[in-house]
Amino acid sequence: MTYLINGQIESICVEYQRDRHRLLDIIRSVQQKFGYISDEAIDEIARCCSIPRVEVDSTISFYGYLSKQPRGRITIRLCNDIIDRLQGMERVAAAFREVLGIDFGRTTADGNFSLEYAPCIGMCDQGPAALVNDVVVTKLTGDGAREMIRDLREHMDPHRLVRTLGDGNNAHELISAMVNNNIRQRGEVIFSEFHPGEALRKALSMSPVEVIKEIKTSRLRGRGGAGFPTGMKWEFTRGAAGPNKYVICNADEGEPGTFKDRVLLTECPEMVFEGMAIAGYAIGAEQGIVYLRGEYAYLNNYLEQVLQKLRKQGMLGARFCSTKHCFNFDIRIQMGAGAYICGEETALISSCEGLRGDPKNRPPFPAQKGYLENPTCVNNVETLCCVVRILEKGAAWFSQLGTTDSPGTKLLSISGDCRRPGVYELPFGVKLSEVLKLAGADNAAAVQVGGASGQMVGSADFHKPISYEGLATGGSIMVFGPHRNVLEIAHYFLEFFIDESCGYCTPCRVGNTLLLERLEQIIEGRGEPADLDYLQQLGQSIKALSRCGLGQTSPNPVLSTLKNFKPVYEQLVKVNPQGFRSSFDINRALEEASRITERRSVIYE
Amino acid sequence: MNDPIKLTIDGVEVEAQPGQTIIEAAGVSGIYIPRLCHYQGLKPHGSCRLCTVTVNGKPMASCTQPAGPGMIVETHTPHLQEFRRQILEMLLVEGNHFCMFCEKSGLCELQAQAYRHGITAPRYPYLFPQRSVDASHPDIWIDHNRCILCARCVRASRDLDGKNVFQFVGRGRHKQVAVNARARLADTTVNLTDRAIGICPVGALLKKRVGYQIPIGQRSYDHQSIGAEIEKSPCSASKK
Repeated sequence: MTYLINGQIESICVEYQRDRHRLLDIIRSVQQKFGYISDEAIDEIARCCSIPRVEVDSTISFYGYLSKQPRGRITIRLCNDIIDRLQGMERVAAAFREVLGIDFGRTTADGNFSLEYAPCIGMCDQGPAALVNDVVVTKLTGDGAREMIRDLREHMDPHRLVRTLGDGNNAHELISAMVNNNIRQRGEVIFSEFHPGEALRKALSMSPVEVIKEIKTSRLRGRGGAGFPTGMKWEFTRGAAGPNKYVICNADEGEPGTFKDRVLLTECPEMVFEGMAIAGYAIGAEQGIVYLRGEYAYLNNYLEQVLQKLRKQGMLGARFCSTKHCFNFDIRIQMGAGAYICGEETALISSCEGLRGDPKNRPPFPAQKGYLENPTCVNNVETLCCVVRILEKGAAWFSQLGTTDSPGTKLLSISGDCRRPGVYELPFGVKLSEVLKLAGADNAAAVQVGGASGQMVGSADFHKPISYEGLATGGSIMVFGPHRNVLEIAHYFLEFFIDESCGYCTPCRVGNTLLLERLEQIIEGRGEPADLDYLQQLGQSIKALSRCGLGQTSPNPVLSTLKNFKPVYEQLVKVNPQGFRSSFDINRALEEASRITERRSVIYE
Repeated sequence: MNDPIKLTIDGVEVEAQPGQTIIEAAGVSGIYIPRLCHYQGLKPHGSCRLCTVTVNGKPMASCTQPAGPGMIVETHTPHLQEFRRQILEMLLVEGNHFCMFCEKSGLCELQAQAYRHGITAPRYPYLFPQRSVDASHPDIWIDHNRCILCARCVRASRDLDGKNVFQFVGRGRHKQVAVNARARLADTTVNLTDRAIGICPVGALLKKRVGYQIPIGQRSYDHQSIGAEIEKSPCSASKK
């Protein structure tokens, strides 16, 4: 038996040329085949790729969707992000628990079902949602969950759960998803008429340096959130020494509340790939990688087909020539496996290399030494779409949209307490209040701008513009009505960061756990006024000392609610009238001893 | 091309060789920047963050940041010292550290850094994690309770011993050192003479049967502060 399994694992490794850098693909394939990665499988992968087994173990243990324990034939991952919670996730969770007779994190005795939670799967506009193996199920209810299990028990085929297909390409036979695009507002840049190939042809009629100059003139900045000037990034990568340069498209859309890249990949993958080819031409790269988050695996077959089509059309792969220039460029898709940190560009590169998704030390920057130590340019999905339109319509056209420091439009993913959740393409500089009006968020009391790593703002800031210099966001806008508790939301985001921290550096790994401990005390009414300073100081230190963007933004949920919703905190903290620490609860402290001795305290009871 | 780089560290103009990091350049000039994961001869890791300094006002880890021309580096402002105390206290509450019974006491770099920074008790609540001990090997044992995830053993085994006995598994709070075997250190190729053994700054990776060969009271940090060897260098004297 082991012999047979080993043979199959060996052939998977051979398929990836026994290449250590394709370890994530190898592990994913092994899990797909056997349901999990056993100790025997780890030994065999290590042997076939000639690497220490602990390296294989190290990679597996990093990613949320990889398992060393046997799992059910069907794994249900219920999205437990804050928006799904507000939409009734708890009722769905209770229904799953009830019909399956197991808790989350467990597998049914018959080995058919595993139940797990997943952080934001990019469906906030149609939650509560879940992944059933790779199949997305949206708008779940308690009854819906019960019915789903009934059906699955009959046919054990998650694909058959999709009865109504979503709009646009979601209905394409290679996607066949019930997901909806919910494009509510089409703007001038992304969702306007598009002629595939035109931008690339135009780019090839220019020199690479001219292309970079055009992007610089447009003043395009990265759409992922950090806002680094794209042209400058390309210039650095082009100027770096190294024969094999890489373009990586960051499609690891993991920021809670963001789902616009999912829509772009569904509706305009040609535009994304064309943007990558233009970037490749500009920086002198022949190879591109799309890092697709594991949650979007349902798009994989379709994207592969689009790549195939582009190769046939001569736009990818073989030598592509215009009247002036020729170049080769091809793209592969790297699937992720459930790790928010991999949206950080150097962590993403580590992941592409088959390693743990640890961010890398900088310097060197990816432009100098990125993927396999080669000069690498990592761009967001939306940024690459902007590139195409800039080449097509000109830098001057693009830069007159939006504001001086934030030219162009921005795709916003809007969800939460609003009547029209979905994707909106709006010019930069649009006021948050206008955005809320468009989305039908008449009752907004608090808005989380920029996802978990962004900031929570109150009505006093609704007049501010959405832009890099104003309210910055990679796309996520989560709306909360007056009946929501901002501290509970901050608590959720902090838990999210603790779960998603890679654990590399001390301040992020330990500091956030300490922040959470104190925040919980305050929420439970055991906090003191001095605790607010404690949160502030600890949060500031985590920001200043952490190694990467995750750690540097992880205290934001606490710091921004402390800043913008201080009265909520102040109402909860009080000085203990007897001068004792309110956080100390004598009965709680005695609980364990009482339980063990089976006696109650005569003094404190 | 290989001209020395001129930068200012704590108000003193110093010269660094191209490729040198700030922590190294400071050390040559007799300025000791506190560190835990950093170890001379190993590839910089940048994980503990204790060596954070400000470069032109911006906090950066001095073990991974190369010295650059014209940099204004501050290594010991009150703010930075406070940062360091916070990091040390985080490490002290994260694991299960018990200095008074620990055989590494007086040789432990975490303890020595805590003393250097005037820490008597951490301000943070102890997290009391559940961690394990691997005493399977006849000569060496691992106590995860005292591990600070500095990766010295990981790097030394890989880069100095050429063995890859250790590597991290898990992420976030669940990150820990694992061994290159299904479970036990005894099933690896680790050897008492490996450089990886003895490089641990704390009491996590220990040799058996030698714990008290040097009596308590006669150990390096019982007599002098950690970093004193760098601060006592001739350059440092001339500076003052």
